[in-house]
Amino acid sequence: MKREMTCIGCPMGCALEIELAADGRVLEVKGNTCKRGAKYAETECTDPQRTITTTLRCEDGRMVAVKTDTTIPKDEMFEAMKMIGGTVVKLPVMIGDVLVKDVFGSNVVATQNRS
Amino acid sequence: MTDLVIIGGGPAGMSAATAAYECGIRDILILERDENLGGILQQCIHNGFGLHNFGEELTGPEYAWKYEQKVRELGIPFKLNTMVLDITEDKIITATNEEEGIFQIQAKAIVLAMGCRERAKGALNIAGTRPAGIYSAGTAQKYVNMKGYMPGKEVVILGSGDIGLIMARRMTLEGAKVKAVCELMPYSGGLARNIQQCLVDFDIPLLLSHTVVEVHGKERVTGVTIAKVDENRRPIEETKQYISCDTLLLSVGLIPENELSKRAGISLDHITNGAVVDQDRETEVEGIFACGNVLHVHDLVDFVSQEAAIAGKSAAAYIQGTCKKGAAITLKTDGKIRYTVPQKITANKDVNVYFRVADVFRDVRINVYKGEEIIFSKKKAKAAPGEMESIVLKKDLLEGAEELRFALED
Ligand code: SF4
Repeated sequence: MKREMTCIGCPMGCALEIELAADGRVLEVKGNTCKRGAKYAETECTDPQRTITTTLRCEDGRMVAVKTDTTIPKDEMFEAMKMIGGTVVKLPVMIGDVLVKDVFGSNVVATQNRS
Repeated sequence: MTDLVIIGGGPAGMSAATAAYECGIRDILILERDENLGGILQQCIHNGFGLHNFGEELTGPEYAWKYEQKVRELGIPFKLNTMVLDITEDKIITATNEEEGIFQIQAKAIVLAMGCRERAKGALNIAGTRPAGIYSAGTAQKYVNMKGYMPGKEVVILGSGDIGLIMARRMTLEGAKVKAVCELMPYSGGLARNIQQCLVDFDIPLLLSHTVVEVHGKERVTGVTIAKVDENRRPIEETKQYISCDTLLLSVGLIPENELSKRAGISLDHITNGAVVDQDRETEVEGIFACGNVLHVHDLVDFVSQEAAIAGKSAAAYIQGTCKKGAAITLKTDGKIRYTVPQKITANKDVNVYFRVADVFRDVRINVYKGEEIIFSKKKAKAAPGEMESIVLKKDLLEGAEELRFALED
């Protein structure tokens, strides 16, 4: 079976062509410019993953940008948004500070400074 | 008198400042109108920045912070909440902020790094009313990411530029239903990866060759009528369909913010809407340089930083009196290639030339002509308006040229 997809590994956005076995294993990846493309095709076909970037409200009402520090399963993005949504961030906050722990195995960290 | 004044403390301004510092200039001042350094990156909370310059994927604020840390470490002075009102050809800057009122600075050199703004919605040709609920994608981004306020629940987006795509995902994750992204052209101006991770991931339809022909609603948007367009981009009557929504986002392109440059008498390129510059990013007013999105709209901030470093270095050389310039070689384009930056070359050195094409082309060659002679040729499997291209012209190729013509050919 064949599958086509766009690699999201970098802004090049290579068009990947993937040959899958009947059991879903990836047999061959074509169209990738670098190794990361092949790896992306592999996970995308077996266990798709995404990083979430969003914002949380600070105790003074301002917003602070955050992200999951690793990828999480793609199908859990909305669940993850629910898990972290109500968090109120204590000030000051520095880039890299862990604000929510263990969201599908990932930590939510600040990507912006707020004093 | 200040050696170097940089207008704008975004990615371009900070990179220009640090580059000039590294060349030995110490008397630098950055003027930033916002309350933070970082410019538009502060509201671009998604990731994908920095792969070229830092080898890792950063969010906008993280990318800005890398440069801000450098600015702070080097002790380069900056004034925040400071609005520049005027720049003259003699490099006198008039600015204002709350503490100092209105003040003037005489600079030896200036780097323009004011960035760009979104095209106004008034310029759009849509029938119907102008109810509340119509936002530019960037304004919506500011509301959601900086103020934590969602502009609406059911959204149609006109234009498939990257900010529109990014906002489709952002508002979906925050609970909105994005019903469609309409793109007038038969191709998207956004990055392929954003179409995948912002639309396909969430089953948001991308309707190419479609536009919004009417907005409905008195006080608030209640829906839009969309239609397919023909080759001449005219709506096809029979394809009209109504989509109910409370919000229409416009992502119809960016335009360099050059009001100040005009005041300084700087000539602009009518295609880029930015200054005409040479390889050093020096404008036609001596000692005034331009870089980043104020010069031409970039797709990647990494390239903004690289270009700004050129401008910063060149400004340093100008101040130190070490820059030598010769007769200008004009760079011309064939229309398929819409523009080049720089527009002229005034020094005998290797030059990186950036350009954009006017349409989607496959299996073409980029040819550079000196008279009838092709001095450079490169094959491209695909070229699209959404992706800035670049080539390096080696200095020996420039020898004896007065004009170089850039053409896209089979
Ligand atoms: S294959 Fe490599 S170069 Fe191509 S998009 Fe993926 S990461 Fe980027």
